[in-house]
Amino acid sequence: MTTTTAPAPPGPWSVQRSSLASRIGSGSLLALAVALFAVPQILSANIVQQLTSLLIFLVLAVMWNALAGYAGLVSVGQQTFIGFGAYGTILLTQHGIQPYLAVVLASLASAVLAAALSLVVLRLRGGQFAVGTWVVAEALALFVMLDQSLGGGTGVSLQGLSGYAPEVRRAFTYWLTLAFAVLLLVALFLLLRHRTGAALQAIRDDEDAAASLGVRVRPLKFMLFVLAGFGCGAAGALTLANTLFIQPQSIFGVQWSAYMIFMVLVGGIGTFEGPILGAILFFTVQYFFADQGAWYLIGLGLTAVAFALFLPRGLWSLLHDRIHVQLLPVGYHLRRQPTAATGANPRET
Amino acid sequence: MSWINAVVQGLFLGGLYALFACGLSLMFGVMRIINLAHGDLAVLGAFGVWWVSSETGISPFLALLVVLPVMLALGYALQRTVLARSLRGGELTPLLTTFGLAIVLQNALLQIFSPDVRSLGPSVGSLATGSWRLADQLSIPYLGVLILAVAVTVLGGLQFVLRRTGFGREMRATAQDPDTAALVGVPAASVYARATAIAVAVAALAGTFLAIHSTFDASSGPTQLIFAFEAVVIGGLGSLWGTLAGGVVLGIAQTIGAHIDPQYSILAGHLVFLVILASPRGRFIALRRAHA
Repeated sequence: MTTTTAPAPPGPWSVQRSSLASRIGSGSLLALAVALFAVPQILSANIVQQLTSLLIFLVLAVMWNALAGYAGLVSVGQQTFIGFGAYGTILLTQHGIQPYLAVVLASLASAVLAAALSLVVLRLRGGQFAVGTWVVAEALALFVMLDQSLGGGTGVSLQGLSGYAPEVRRAFTYWLTLAFAVLLLVALFLLLRHRTGAALQAIRDDEDAAASLGVRVRPLKFMLFVLAGFGCGAAGALTLANTLFIQPQSIFGVQWSAYMIFMVLVGGIGTFEGPILGAILFFTVQYFFADQGAWYLIGLGLTAVAFALFLPRGLWSLLHDRIHVQLLPVGYHLRRQPTAATGANPRET
Repeated sequence: MSWINAVVQGLFLGGLYALFACGLSLMFGVMRIINLAHGDLAVLGAFGVWWVSSETGISPFLALLVVLPVMLALGYALQRTVLARSLRGGELTPLLTTFGLAIVLQNALLQIFSPDVRSLGPSVGSLATGSWRLADQLSIPYLGVLILAVAVTVLGGLQFVLRRTGFGREMRATAQDPDTAALVGVPAASVYARATAIAVAVAALAGTFLAIHSTFDASSGPTQLIFAFEAVVIGGLGSLWGTLAGGVVLGIAQTIGAHIDPQYSILAGHLVFLVILASPRGRFIALRRAHA
């Protein structure tokens, strides 16, 4: 790009929503999603199970980013919905519902729970919201531990999938997880590309200023909180389908929030692509270091702090700032129409 | 009578929660941040006291005299290094930073001190177990009275500092408007650092009393953070005395819950918190100015 000393003559401007890079990017992401559906036909059942857990992390990262990156809601209590989705699935299968149908129903029930809880927790802002959601998760975990039919504190297994051969079961779980991941990514993409996207980013940058400009803050926050409740509920239910056993201490554990914060901070908060990158990185880190126990978690915590302090927009911002690549066209770009005097001179808003 | 006893025990437990809550409340009041590592800093203090007293064989109360200055310095350094930088990053950064810090602290304590459950109760002798028996099922524990007295003293002392001293005026001015305070010669960074130092030291004090009163381990922090936060919100974020009231309400809710069935204890506290949040009053919690 050349810089001219003389001010450019005012030419007609047009709003551009996509570029060649973003068209290639979104096209190849779509192709990748389609290709991923074929994985169980080609790769071993063990890899399929690993990929399922990667996709679950992806869903979690994208949902947490939707809350914190766009609505400014830092939640430390999304494990409420993870646990609710998982235990909802258990409860439904105990009443004779087919497990995979139960996963879908439990995710929808998590969205309903989120809608109900939003009346209480969305009264809080900032740190109060963070701890408030955490209290909800702790309370729900205690309720579950009181219920002996749900296994109490010792945990419970998912029944009803024993009719499937292990490879078939893993493939089904994988396909369902992939379907949820694609659905949620597309839903978020459409939300951000629609005018709500600009409103959400305004809320993220300054809630009061956005409200004074006429952005309806509460309905938008409500919408994202319910969406995140749905997504995290699905992630919990799918975790259960993937591992077949859950314990209240771990499925309601705050370590889920630590993972989500790590993925989103490292990948890039408030960007569409960042959490995807973060989920892949976290999955790799976990694969190699999870057996280090406390040291692994110390490393995760230190990395998250370092990113929050020194690179708050995450790794994706490095890429984005250097080469101005946006893989998915969610933004608005002002572009001057080519005229004889200036030629094309793209500017980002 | 046993119900009255439950309420009385809850009152004393509330003193402990108020002690946990006042550091959290102070940092929120002055800097508008919720320190998610608050509970873990308290547990760090408890481990410090445990370590000093088991290495040297002195009483935990003497060990506290060594640990408190260290925690003051730690709080000061924490603000000067990590928190000051995170405050510049906007509203969400301090939350993410302190949460990361909490994870690091918790796991570092786990690595150093193992997951064993410990208590300082045995090292203070009859103070931890003794009580005045007033009636068949009603007793006043020595330790409960001591904790409540310490809580009232700390809260009263903080209230006095905030209302009556020059440093208190600086804190209140900075809480209201750091830029204007800086214009009249009150540097926010220094006020913040001193407030954090006080908050961390009081947290360590609370952690030590928790360790004497019951047990603690490396993962006790988050629960104490949650109790402290509940006490602050139940108290209405209004004043330090409100925090004491919030702690007492939470403590009584827990002991009454435990009186019905021990496994309802903590749940009862959470439910009182959520009911208060859902009540018409809860609408104003987020809007209320803090005590400062």
